[in-house]
Amino acid sequence: MFKRFKNKQTTTVQKHDRGILVFENTTEVIRAEKILRDEGWEIDVKGPPPEIRSGCDLVIEFPLIEELSIIRKLLAVNVKPIQTVPVNSVLLEPVDLLQEKEYGNFLMVRAANMKITVDKNTRLIVNVSGGGCPDVPYLADQMVNKFLHDTPHPRDIGYTLCAYALQIAYDRLVKICSE
Amino acid sequence: MLGIVGTVPEENFPLIEGTAILDKNHIIIDNKSIAVNRGTPAMIAAAAKTLQYMDKPNPYCYLVGDIGNGKGCKTLYKHLAANFSKIQLKTLALHYFQPDVNLFKEFLAVINSISDRPTLIADAGFMYVAKMGGDASFFDLFTPDAGELAYLSDEKAPHPFYTRGFILHEENQVPELIKRAYLHNNAAKHLLVKGAIDYVANKNGILGTVDSPQEEALESIGGTGDTLTGIVSALIESCLNIKASSLGAAKINRLAGSYANPDPATQIYDIISHIPQALEEVFQN
Repeated sequence: MFKRFKNKQTTTVQKHDRGILVFENTTEVIRAEKILRDEGWEIDVKGPPPEIRSGCDLVIEFPLIEELSIIRKLLAVNVKPIQTVPVNSVLLEPVDLLQEKEYGNFLMVRAANMKITVDKNTRLIVNVSGGGCPDVPYLADQMVNKFLHDTPHPRDIGYTLCAYALQIAYDRLVKICSE
Repeated sequence: MLGIVGTVPEENFPLIEGTAILDKNHIIIDNKSIAVNRGTPAMIAAAAKTLQYMDKPNPYCYLVGDIGNGKGCKTLYKHLAANFSKIQLKTLALHYFQPDVNLFKEFLAVINSISDRPTLIADAGFMYVAKMGGDASFFDLFTPDAGELAYLSDEKAPHPFYTRGFILHEENQVPELIKRAYLHNNAAKHLLVKGAIDYVANKNGILGTVDSPQEEALESIGGTGDTLTGIVSALIESCLNIKASSLGAAKINRLAGSYANPDPATQIYDIISHIPQALEEVFQN
């Protein structure tokens, strides 16, 4: 899901043929992202431009020319953007640098401000830490003491950018543990 | 009195305010019992333990249930804007919360209108929104970890999720990131940066560091940053200056962690229960 984040450089090229879909919260962005990707649209998840930024935000960048059909598809599945605007400034790229650290039998992966630690032998999640949004303690409560393969995913039960960062760290952990 | 604002990770937990009483591994506020796990309840428990040792009143807390959709936080932002000035606080620590720049600024305006405004400490979501809104320097202390410091030092990032890779890179050392955060006016008057080495700094540079005892596993344990914020808030409330409080809190948090003989699976209450022993060690020496 997040492979596209790797090896990206922050673009300085403005894309006037692109628009952005703004949603109520990050969960809605994640739902819309999945729906549109499954249908084959070329979209990207980005940070909003300063003029529409209000807090813990994420937007979907899409080909402006396809606005009508994209909106129709989203409304059909009851995912309603609160705003659609053309891109007129550089959008921010999500974090793409992850850090890994071993503590004996334990492995921790950090993405931005979020950390997740697993027992390498049992693949039990032993701790989730970092972050600042209110779903972080909730996510920790839901994920700690569960095995990597049967824990709920942050993208499914979280709401914020901290949850999104935790999903990136979780995906890396799953990848490392399956190698 | 020390005030604390934050969240409880339960969707239906109501908005409450009142004095927190520590009852073993729970805190009681307004007859509601909250398990001390991580997040704001862990911070409150650490502050309460420290205040008890310093012979100061228990913290006065404003809490709401929120699991990340921001609904509870919106209610509490509005409640604070309308009611905050009714309670006189000497120190105010702001913690896990949904960043919302507009509602946050309304709350800051209320704080700013108080003639003898409290010493302001921010961590977690409140630290993020203070930087997002360009209000970092209004605060007296931030308590970031290395990832959050990178966010503060990136003048373009509105959230840690967007911190640019060249800043996040491990080669960037904490002192350089601190300098960069002050250069762009994105730091509080003081910073307590938690990590393998804890740094205390202001705009003039590093004021001190704490690097012992070393327990590598503490970085991965959820809640160790929360306890640090709770301890430093309580020490500031106890009339120590911010530099001394920060250096003392870093040492106390490390000692409490060390006494718990931690591994990455250790849970935070095991550490909180050792805070009185750590306080005793620091203040007796």
